[in-house]
Amino acid sequence: MQVTLKVMRHDPAKNAKPGWQTYSVEAEPMDRVLDLLHKVKWYQDSSLAFRRSCGHGICGSDAMVINGVNQLACKALVKNLGMLIQVEPLHGLPVEKDLIVNMEGFFAAYRSVKPYLINEEQPPERERLQSPEDRAVFDTSTKCILCAACTTSCPVFWVNGSYIGPAAIVQAHRFIFDSRDKGLRERMQALNASTGLWRCRTAYNCTEACPRGIPVTKAIEEVKRAMIYDRF
Amino acid sequence: MAHEHDVIVVGAGGSGLTSALYAANQGVNVAVVSKLYPTRSHTGAAQGGIGAALGNVEEDHWEWHMFDTIKGGDYLTDQDAAELFCKEVIDAVIELEHMGLPFDRLPSGKIAQRRFGGHTKEFGKAAVHRAAHAADRTGHMILQTLYQQCVKEGITFYNEYHVTDLILEGGVAQGLVAYELASGELHTFKAKAIVVASGGYGRAWKTTSNAYTLTGDMQAILYRKGIPLEDMEFYQFHPTGLFPLGILLTEGARGEGGILRNGSGERFMERYAPTIKDLAPRDMVARAMYMEVREGKGVGPRKDYVLLDLTHLPPETIHNKLPDIAEFAQIYLGVDPTKQPVPVMPTAHYAMGGIPTTVNGEVVTDGNNTVVKGLYAAGEVACVSLHGANRLGTNSLGDLVVFGRRAGVAAAKFAKDAEFYDFTSEVLGPSRERIEKILNAQGGPSVADMRAELQQTMQDRASVFRVESLLQEQTEVLKELFDKYEKVVVQDRGTKYNTELVEAIELGYLLEVSEATVHSCLNRRESRGAHAREDYPERNDKEWLKHTLVYKCPNRAVKFAYKEVVLGKFEPKARTY
Repeated sequence: MQVTLKVMRHDPAKNAKPGWQTYSVEAEPMDRVLDLLHKVKWYQDSSLAFRRSCGHGICGSDAMVINGVNQLACKALVKNLGMLIQVEPLHGLPVEKDLIVNMEGFFAAYRSVKPYLINEEQPPERERLQSPEDRAVFDTSTKCILCAACTTSCPVFWVNGSYIGPAAIVQAHRFIFDSRDKGLRERMQALNASTGLWRCRTAYNCTEACPRGIPVTKAIEEVKRAMIYDRF
Repeated sequence: MAHEHDVIVVGAGGSGLTSALYAANQGVNVAVVSKLYPTRSHTGAAQGGIGAALGNVEEDHWEWHMFDTIKGGDYLTDQDAAELFCKEVIDAVIELEHMGLPFDRLPSGKIAQRRFGGHTKEFGKAAVHRAAHAADRTGHMILQTLYQQCVKEGITFYNEYHVTDLILEGGVAQGLVAYELASGELHTFKAKAIVVASGGYGRAWKTTSNAYTLTGDMQAILYRKGIPLEDMEFYQFHPTGLFPLGILLTEGARGEGGILRNGSGERFMERYAPTIKDLAPRDMVARAMYMEVREGKGVGPRKDYVLLDLTHLPPETIHNKLPDIAEFAQIYLGVDPTKQPVPVMPTAHYAMGGIPTTVNGEVVTDGNNTVVKGLYAAGEVACVSLHGANRLGTNSLGDLVVFGRRAGVAAAKFAKDAEFYDFTSEVLGPSRERIEKILNAQGGPSVADMRAELQQTMQDRASVFRVESLLQEQTEVLKELFDKYEKVVVQDRGTKYNTELVEAIELGYLLEVSEATVHSCLNRRESRGAHAREDYPERNDKEWLKHTLVYKCPNRAVKFAYKEVVLGKFEPKARTY
């Protein structure tokens, strides 16, 4: 079948404004949007620029707005999207070219929450022990692939790009709720700042956008509570 | 622009990040150059586990792991590498835990372990729980944990820089040239030591579990420079690729009790490997699957695949221990593995062969282990050779951390006593010429058409089973493709994010590694591990218990040399399971 693929194209070096370009692509219902983008790039218009690597939703390269919703192009299937598919770059991050956005700010926010295990105690000779129950508490947060789908779906982030955003808070959650970690207070500086997690307005867009099924808003709420209760 | 770092690591997957961390620990200045963004590397797609004789679930010993690795490698494994690997991987797993890796846990709080293909107790008696895991995203967790440590250490990253050249003068590696995707600019990188950790080349085949970006870049760059590639005929096809896409479904699914069935519902692996059945090594299972299909025992309207049956497992096992692969089956095939068996067929997965190195990651150029000063390699791009003729499941993740660490430490130690070499921007010349030639070409074939032809022909003539006539044909196909490649054209002539240009350059690398692979397949007249020659079906230790080194020669010819296999504890024996 033929589907119509509308892509928001923009080369800031050439044009001041972005514009839609429409392609007609032969597709199967089980094709991924990534397959359609490849068909365009390989056989119709090779100047189309987008990122991709693994092709099955694990590397986080190809998050984009597909029919108005943040998704990974390699996990969005034609059968679920209909005959007209619109693709745009993620909102809220500077567009470099077509579907490629600048990720530097996103990774800077990630780094600001100290996304690594903090525990100054000398570890034992063997592994640190952790019960399956303690391990389960932060399980979903470890699924994050840093694709930026959540952060760029957040209305707070759209109006204030300095907000660290849901992805960085999920990373903080992954460590704060790890029984082996002692770094809550060290992370508080970034989380408590005016650009930190109190900006969250619980819109739930992040939870809907996450391609890994992480309950992002719930994680944010849990971090908020951890920060409040830590004061007492 | 010109850059300078004591140690430069090429690639930001598991081995690259491990090398960078350990080099930085030695107190030298380290940078990582990667064609991807951090955490996009394909280590993140590894699922099932990292094998180490922790003995957390049941008795286990590094000697048992060593035996399995060598037998799994069909006795082509270098036994010195296997011995130190099986000892050191235990510490490496503990160290990953200390770094924060969220392994699954046993009720005792220790790291959980599962069964995996070819891993046995008491030298082959029965399958053993050896693979430490974090659900079915162990590679993802390793990649995340290592990157987190790099953030902590403040290591410098050059993201989306494609290495296009290695500066190699008088047997000494002096630096690199790289193309910056964002600007189209060429950069020079001076380094006292370089660690190559850029991964494999599964994109030479049509059906692969590998990322689009795995195109053998550094193997090809070194091969063009006269450095040989070792054991390129040994390429692993993972049995359970989601049919027909080739997306990986972990062997851990069989480790948890999954069963392969043919068209009549028979558990056919009982016939091929009576002792460990579905947990036989990957080369044997992949061949068995092809045999079933060839004999008309496949599934589906064309009887061209088999089934991975998980329906007898408790749904909680699938949801808790195999959530990602369950999702892949659901999304890409609409199959719920708790209720229906999943269509699978082998998928191009892993290069046992690659850049020859010592156990410290030093790149060598001949059978006498002559070292290239300042040049190191680790991970899938390298050939130590730990994996011999066939890698065991989980040993790739172990390889990354054990040999990544060794290469990083050795590179840093070397760099401490070395000086930067003086070179000017003239070294950019060959890269610039190559790029401009592609950008200025007119009327030639497109990258996509040529790549599709390469992948289809490699699939048809150089995959699980090989035979002289088809391999010979493929060498001719490759010659024609090299000729066509001289005129390859791109439509996009821009400088910013010119991903078409990058694909054109990558196609050139794929041709080189395919040439090395096909000629090595043709050259080895025996069957061993993943190299199954239908015209030479037996293993021949008398003539072929040796590593192949293939060198690129002028006029699209190759020449071969050989390297002795390091034997030791375990004498080559017939390989049955």
